Amino acid sequence: MPAGHHETSLKDSLAIRTENLCRHYSMGEALIRAVDGISVQVASGEFVALLGASGSGKSSLLNLIAGLDRPTFGTVVVQKSDLAKLSREELAKYRLHTVGMVFQSFNLIPSMTLLENVELPLRFAEVDRGKREGLAKQALDRVGLSARLRHRPTELSGGEQQRASLARALINQPRFLLADEPTGNLDSQTGTEIMNFIREFNEALGMTIIMVTHERTLAERYASRMIFLADGKLIGDQSNVVSATTGRGGGL
Amino acid sequence: MKTYDMAELAVRNLRESILRNSLTTVGISVGVASLVAMLSLGIGLQQLAGRRLQKSGLFDTVVVTSRRDLRSFNHDQEENGPAPAESPALNEPARQKIAQLPNVLEAYPDIRFITELRYEDKPYLTMMAGLPFSAKNNDAFDGMQGDFFSSETASEVILQKSFAEQLLGKTPKAGGEDVSVTELAKPLLGKQLTMRYAERTATPAPTPDAPDKDKKDKKDAQPANSAEINNPAGTAYSVISREETLKIVGVCDLDPDSMRGQARARIFLPLKLAQNLHVMQPSDLRDTTNMASGAAAYTTVEVHVKSPTQVQPVEDAIKKMGFNTFSIVDATRSLRQFFAVLDLFLGIFGSLALAVASIGIINTLVMAILERRREIGIMKAIGASDGDVKGLFFAEAGVMGVFGGVVGVALGWTIGRVINLGTNVYLKRQHFPPEQIWFVPWWLVVGAIAFAIVVSLLSGLYPASRAARLDPVQALRYE
Repeated sequence: MPAGHHETSLKDSLAIRTENLCRHYSMGEALIRAVDGISVQVASGEFVALLGASGSGKSSLLNLIAGLDRPTFGTVVVQKSDLAKLSREELAKYRLHTVGMVFQSFNLIPSMTLLENVELPLRFAEVDRGKREGLAKQALDRVGLSARLRHRPTELSGGEQQRASLARALINQPRFLLADEPTGNLDSQTGTEIMNFIREFNEALGMTIIMVTHERTLAERYASRMIFLADGKLIGDQSNVVSATTGRGGGL
Repeated sequence: MKTYDMAELAVRNLRESILRNSLTTVGISVGVASLVAMLSLGIGLQQLAGRRLQKSGLFDTVVVTSRRDLRSFNHDQEENGPAPAESPALNEPARQKIAQLPNVLEAYPDIRFITELRYEDKPYLTMMAGLPFSAKNNDAFDGMQGDFFSSETASEVILQKSFAEQLLGKTPKAGGEDVSVTELAKPLLGKQLTMRYAERTATPAPTPDAPDKDKKDKKDAQPANSAEINNPAGTAYSVISREETLKIVGVCDLDPDSMRGQARARIFLPLKLAQNLHVMQPSDLRDTTNMASGAAAYTTVEVHVKSPTQVQPVEDAIKKMGFNTFSIVDATRSLRQFFAVLDLFLGIFGSLALAVASIGIINTLVMAILERRREIGIMKAIGASDGDVKGLFFAEAGVMGVFGGVVGVALGWTIGRVINLGTNVYLKRQHFPPEQIWFVPWWLVVGAIAFAIVVSLLSGLYPASRAARLDPVQALRYE
């Protein structure tokens, strides 16, 4: 199996490892097993797509890796630190510096301009006032939004908002980009635009990407590996060699 | 997050729902305003009550009497201290000794006597008192017409308003219009009064050629006893009727009750002059232990102390010398106690409004958490710590407190002014002089703002920790 091959060749650059990872919660009487015993390893620099129907647990898994949620049991180790053992404070630091997140619904703060939105993680990181604006402008420039600095999110198109949220995710130079249906609210053309940015981060910056999606075609076009989930369990894990070359050439 | 960034974010967040946050801030302002208005009223009333006493310098005055008079100010003084017979006489050397005590500004005898005055050939009988030259700077003489005494021994007098009215035959009828001092002074200033008084003079001893070295206690002295011959003042005194012409230099609107020392005196002459005249005082007859001396002992010596806080130590020092003392500090203790209680109650009522306002803050912030759930989720997802979120809400409460406090103090100040103005309009209608019944000291301004901030921060405590505890996954799911 290709999975086995991954394990041996990339062992020294292991980035994420989960072991029997579970996230259960009760809803009334019922016990929901959102993530139910997933053991998976991701190497540094991989572009992983988490695929599955809605309710399959892919977002829950992403939240566990993002340190937004804590496992009921099992372990999730990112860059040698066991997230379950981190304090709330340490977990916040982890979210701030190690991972960047993008969401289906962009999740920009509506009362702030793009510049302020992108600058916000720098505030949390206590970066000096003087440096912040320059860094934020640079990040927005990278996603082609230098003309929109003073606009509020609601004044922008969905694609522009998602680009801004990409800029925000990158501002503290994390090793991981965690994307939850990043193109879910976009038409296919702007979706491609966003995906090309994500691929660029993966290839040019060497970021490890984990992307939740329910569109298999999207995964096939961009991801280097596809993990399939159903009912909180891992049902398939395959590498996707084609995408790396054709995706970029196909361009769309 | 750095504190400055936190405050900046807090202000911009508050601006986002400007109406609601303004209303909450107004709530705090009203609370602070009521607190400030109440307390400033309490302080103002206290000052009003104290001003009269303070104006005449009574808070820094100690009244000294001799224990030989057997008239102490309270039972306690009667029982403690040296026996009257062994206690010192309150005479000139004693006065000088008192005047040299630390923190004593001056010590002067209280001289007053009943005398007959003739003005335009009509006799008037009244109480006259010696006024020390230092009284010139006394606030009590602020509204005086004419001038103060030209020198310490000038044959001049200052009239009290009611006596001036009497001289002019203008005694006001009850409820009638008050005659102004200016009006009274005009015909009187520069006019002459003739004072008839009894001078006390030493009578030379009947046998001056038989000196005796025996310095026995004065109490043994009898007019015929040659034992007292070494007393240069003589062994007896006689009373001679004299006249003195005095010029009216001033008329003052002094409340006869406001100056304890000169109480009920209606005409004043320079103290030094009064001393030089050796006017027979009513107390002289009672003063049997000193009667042999021409230089009479003083009934009372008034001591002015540098500041009211020095009154107690000076009083103690004088008591140690063997005299009885009295100061207004004792008498006002209960008054001050009353005002402390009044201030406390006014403060509690004022704080009630602030308590209501603090509930407003809690409500606003809890609402804000519900509204901004998603925003909190986002902030946490991109790396905000619990402390950051907590601090942000805390800062929002604090900023509302700062604004509420500042606006509230301004509002309270305005309310106080309006009340004061209204009261004065009323007082004027009732023919009373205007009064400052309201006063805002600087510490109240600072204290009220600080109090508003503290109350706001306390109110923000619960909402802030609630916001910090919010689960980001649930918060992000919330639409």
